[in-house]
Amino acid sequence: MSTDTPPTTRNQADSRRGGPPSGDALLNCEDVSKSFGSVRALADVSIWAHRGEVTALVGDNGAGKSTLVRCIAGVHRPDGGRIVFDGAKTNFHSPEDARRAGMETVHQTLALVPELTVWQNLFLNRERVRRFGPVAFLDRKGMQAESRTMLSRLAVNVPSARSRVGRLSGGQRQAVAISRAAGWGSKLVIMDEPTAALGVQETAKVEELIRTLRQDGMAVLLISHNFDQVMRLSNHVWVMRAGRLVGGRRTADTSGDELVAMITGTLTA
Amino acid sequence: MSDTNTAVGVRDTEPLTARLRDVGFWADWAAVVGLVVLVIVFFIATPTFLTVGNVEAMLVAAAILVVLAVGQTFVIATAGIDLSVASTMTLGAVMLGWASAHGWNIAAACVLAVLASGLVGLANGLLVAKGRITDFIVTLGTLSAASGAALVISDGKPVQVPSSFLLRLASGTIGPFGYAVLVAAVVAVIAHVVFFRTRFGVHLLATGGDKESARAMGVSTDGVKIAVYTISGVLAGLAAILLVARIGAAEPAANTAFLLNSVAAVVLGGVSLFGGRGTIIGPVVGALLLTALVNGLTLLGVSQFYQPLAVGIVVVLAALLTRFQR
Repeated sequence: MSTDTPPTTRNQADSRRGGPPSGDALLNCEDVSKSFGSVRALADVSIWAHRGEVTALVGDNGAGKSTLVRCIAGVHRPDGGRIVFDGAKTNFHSPEDARRAGMETVHQTLALVPELTVWQNLFLNRERVRRFGPVAFLDRKGMQAESRTMLSRLAVNVPSARSRVGRLSGGQRQAVAISRAAGWGSKLVIMDEPTAALGVQETAKVEELIRTLRQDGMAVLLISHNFDQVMRLSNHVWVMRAGRLVGGRRTADTSGDELVAMITGTLTA
Repeated sequence: MSDTNTAVGVRDTEPLTARLRDVGFWADWAAVVGLVVLVIVFFIATPTFLTVGNVEAMLVAAAILVVLAVGQTFVIATAGIDLSVASTMTLGAVMLGWASAHGWNIAAACVLAVLASGLVGLANGLLVAKGRITDFIVTLGTLSAASGAALVISDGKPVQVPSSFLLRLASGTIGPFGYAVLVAAVVAVIAHVVFFRTRFGVHLLATGGDKESARAMGVSTDGVKIAVYTISGVLAGLAAILLVARIGAAEPAANTAFLLNSVAAVVLGGVSLFGGRGTIIGPVVGALLLTALVNGLTLLGVSQFYQPLAVGIVVVLAALLTRFQR
């Protein structure tokens, strides 16, 4: 989009996106592009996400959702455009950088180690230690207590912080992964298909968790193939197709049918 | 993965009687149960088995294997395997003999042995982590390379290592325990603390349990791999010192039994070959069990030829049991 866009066109563009980004958007992607060799995976994609809202990202397989999310979370570096997070342009070299900035990702694979306990997973690579001169020992009691707090904040139903993750159900594992993402003073939680592998009851519980995050003022960026879920949970929806942004809608102003039409290309915003 | 809440809850608080009926309990404690059974059987068959003298001798005989098995545990807990432990130990022993024959003082010779073995371990780790070659192939290669180097350096001949320090290490005692036993015990205790009380311990179990997840959380899985192989190498060097002290000479012998027994002790100890699960106490008890088995058979006058057979059967049975681990 050129800078000398006439006001009328600008307003049309805003209406295509479900309103302009207000100044306090936590995350603002502006014309983000990414190519892998000769394949243009993302072309000038601009989206934003607000605090205290669930922002959904929908689109067919290969639409570029995952690539966009990876650019945001520091896995890939965008070739063009810029990403502003919490008021500062990001320059992440790794997911660690993004994590330090307050951005957590719940991977589709959950990135949990089944052999480790719940508390070990919650604190993986962020273990608390007590130093005795040159050696540092794990503060196991402290981490176990803190784990219980993290789990109870989201009302997560896990038997014990000391049980092995491999013995938990799919929904419980998802809840542990979400608790870990939410538990570190994070401002944005990115979730990739959080309920794809879950049954009806467990899906309901995870959705409840996502609502809790929103109530706590966090921004949630949700990738989902489930339109009912998007309509139930999200405040804003972005639709992508073939590496481009088709458009954005306030969830209250759209319908599942309209989203499907945008995704398949029968409706061009 | 169909465990419901209640099922998980019940398991954490189930009474002892229920646990005894659970095959998983026996799988977790295979080495301890096996050792107790073995001790009782041998004691009934030949009461000399449990005399103070014989127990002391068994502990001394087990010391080298314990040190090697602890190193092997670090590697196997990350879903790797160190096939080169025994030849790395041989190389360390030969380096010790070489240094001693060239007039080095014994402390420097021992340091050289540990350094040489540690370098072999480091090479293993770098090849596995950075070279992206399977653990099995890398350590199979260093197994051959290290024993070859040992033959070259020693010219295939054993070297006498006359040293009052090594003599004391082999024969000295504090209370009923020989120095070698104490060295092995200290190694085991430190290893246990590292495993369960440090960040490195969690990271190595995470690397073994699910490498991709560990990496996604920012764990340096390559660093962990390099570290565990180096630890295994350094411990092989320490075992080399114990070995030279015990036989009074540095021999370029293959020591294949030590390789097989170190893996066997780890398997007996309930450490998963797929990584992510394990203890130090398990493999230590596993090493004691294997030593007791050989010792008991010898006391009973069973031909030496039957010993590898017995060890093999015990290990395969233990591996079968681990299928039922919880």
